[in-house]
Amino acid sequence: MTSSFIHPSVLLIAGALLLPFIRGPLRKPYLFFVPLLALCVVVLNTTLTGNFGVVPFLDWQLVLGRVDKLSTIFALIMALMAVIGTLYGLQVDRAGEHMAAWFYAAGSLGAIYSGDYLSLFLFWEMMAFASVFLVWFRRGPQSLRVGYRYLLIHTIGGIILLAGILLRYQAVGNITFDLLDVAHPELYTWLIMIGFGLNAAMVPLHSWLPEAYSEASFNGAVFLCAFTTKTAVYTLARSCAGMDILVVLGVIMALYGVIYAVMENDIRKLLAWSIVSQVGYMVAGIGIGTDMAINGAVAHAVVHILYKSLLFMGTGSVLYMTGKTKFTELGGLYAKMPATFFFTLIGCLSISAAPFFAAYASKSMIITAGFEQHLNWASWLLMFGATGTFMYNGLKLPYFLFFGSNNCSKETWAKAGDPSWNMLIAMTLGATLCILVGTAPGFLYALLPYAVDYNPHTAYHLLETLQLLGFAALAFFLLKKYVEPVDRICLDIDWLYRQAGCGFLWLIKHPLQWCDTAWGEAYRAVGLSSLMTLSRFWSWFDWHAIDGVVDGLARSVRALGGKVRVLQSGQIQITLYYAFSLAAALLVTFIFYQLL
Amino acid sequence: MTTLIEYLQARIKTVITVCFVLLAVVAGGSLLIDTHHAHTWAEQHVPFFWSLFGFAAAAVIIGVARWFGQSGIQAPTDFYDRSHSTLCEEEE
Repeated sequence: MTSSFIHPSVLLIAGALLLPFIRGPLRKPYLFFVPLLALCVVVLNTTLTGNFGVVPFLDWQLVLGRVDKLSTIFALIMALMAVIGTLYGLQVDRAGEHMAAWFYAAGSLGAIYSGDYLSLFLFWEMMAFASVFLVWFRRGPQSLRVGYRYLLIHTIGGIILLAGILLRYQAVGNITFDLLDVAHPELYTWLIMIGFGLNAAMVPLHSWLPEAYSEASFNGAVFLCAFTTKTAVYTLARSCAGMDILVVLGVIMALYGVIYAVMENDIRKLLAWSIVSQVGYMVAGIGIGTDMAINGAVAHAVVHILYKSLLFMGTGSVLYMTGKTKFTELGGLYAKMPATFFFTLIGCLSISAAPFFAAYASKSMIITAGFEQHLNWASWLLMFGATGTFMYNGLKLPYFLFFGSNNCSKETWAKAGDPSWNMLIAMTLGATLCILVGTAPGFLYALLPYAVDYNPHTAYHLLETLQLLGFAALAFFLLKKYVEPVDRICLDIDWLYRQAGCGFLWLIKHPLQWCDTAWGEAYRAVGLSSLMTLSRFWSWFDWHAIDGVVDGLARSVRALGGKVRVLQSGQIQITLYYAFSLAAALLVTFIFYQLL
Repeated sequence: MTTLIEYLQARIKTVITVCFVLLAVVAGGSLLIDTHHAHTWAEQHVPFFWSLFGFAAAAVIIGVARWFGQSGIQAPTDFYDRSHSTLCEEEE
């Protein structure tokens, strides 16, 4: 590996492997130090450009460190997220949970820096297998099943991706991870896009996300909300920019997520639906494919990680303190958790693209790019979705969680309170960055892959946003009773594969089991008796034929031995007599033979 | 923070009035702003366009979500336990 490039994944993996041996008072400083070191390394790598860590493997060149503007901005936000996430979960005692989170972050950074499909695939799978532990560590009644479903879906996605990679290698003859020919898509183009799209939670391959993220541990969800979908956005931006179908899929995601989030009763599942919706904006931006659209998608991915992690930290604090996640079991918490309310509100305003908050600087770039490409239908629908985002995330979440009717039990109310200092510091960090990006997006724009010619702080944009948010809020408060959370679950496409799974189980347990039993009975009735008859014949044959020959031979040898034994009397003169007689007989025979 | 919220809650009517005044100011302001950079004809020529769009979009989303939920998408919390017990009874 070239000395100038240090791979942050190596640090995170080494740090994770050493973590179980670091105990006592050193544990917390160590937990903070390792991701911080990884962030410093990523910052140092920003000074580089080109391919590093080129490793020959069989006939290929693996590129473990491709550094350019696209990989750099994603690596920076992922490394920053590893720091914030670990800081937030500092009091988690289980070393395994931190190890899983670091392996997960290492997989994401590895995939981002990969310049070839093989190393990308390895890091891709590392992400899937590490992240499932963040679901299992919740140790809830459903965690195990949800984790297995998550793993199953991601394994299927991995196989689809691998099939695409292999077909592409067969067609093109190299494994370079670069922009595909999206104007003339081949089968492998579709397979690779679907493989990446599954991780981006593209509808209808999205059901794993709301299910798994709402079931993860309070700390695990903070990591989950950042890495998988945004790494997928990176890979799509790298390989499928300008692919028209992504505009359609992105718009569907944006709207589908909104409708489900409006119906949702679980606060973290609402946020998970919100990820589907927000990633839809990024996917649509990638599909539009112009410089501004790609910039918008990347900028939105970065700010999304900031505000979504802040929101998951806020709701995670509620889960951590009260043990509850349903609106119908919470409410009125502002009085008990004022700091959590404050930070969550900043996250809510940021996702709603309120003026001077994070998404204000990014979401409008994608929508403007759509209008500029004359994709007016897409931009209008994305604006429509943006109104929904404000309604469920900017209004419904804070209103029904921190205000509204107080549905807390006495026990829940007694347990409610702001969380520990490290969680508050992590939220402060996230909130500060959200406001910073929203008010002065210049430093973010400087990191984007293409030169930016866009200013979000115009009078028209300000008034447009204020009107949109203000009158959406008016509609919300007038129609509030129709969005009142109810204690029900929302059926989704996962219903289909759950039913398919149960159908498969039924098929195994009934028709196939019946066939197996019938075969066993037939074997016992026909096969076994035939086999016993045959065995008896072979037993008889063995006893009388094989053993007869062997035993007969043995008996002959024994008889001969008895006769020879008579010759060995132990007297030397008799032995000499036999020996000389035999020699004489042999000599006579030889001479006689020669004479003939 | 808590004190401020309780102060505002005690004067909720005033808060609502102020909000309505702010909405009116924002909507009125949209008539004064230069719209020639707007992307579409509707933005340029329909007065209070984004106010109407925001209100209508929110109302439509609430309506669609409610219709969608009541059409069977919102199910009892033990829905999967019950439906699985039909198909996967031995496992349960």
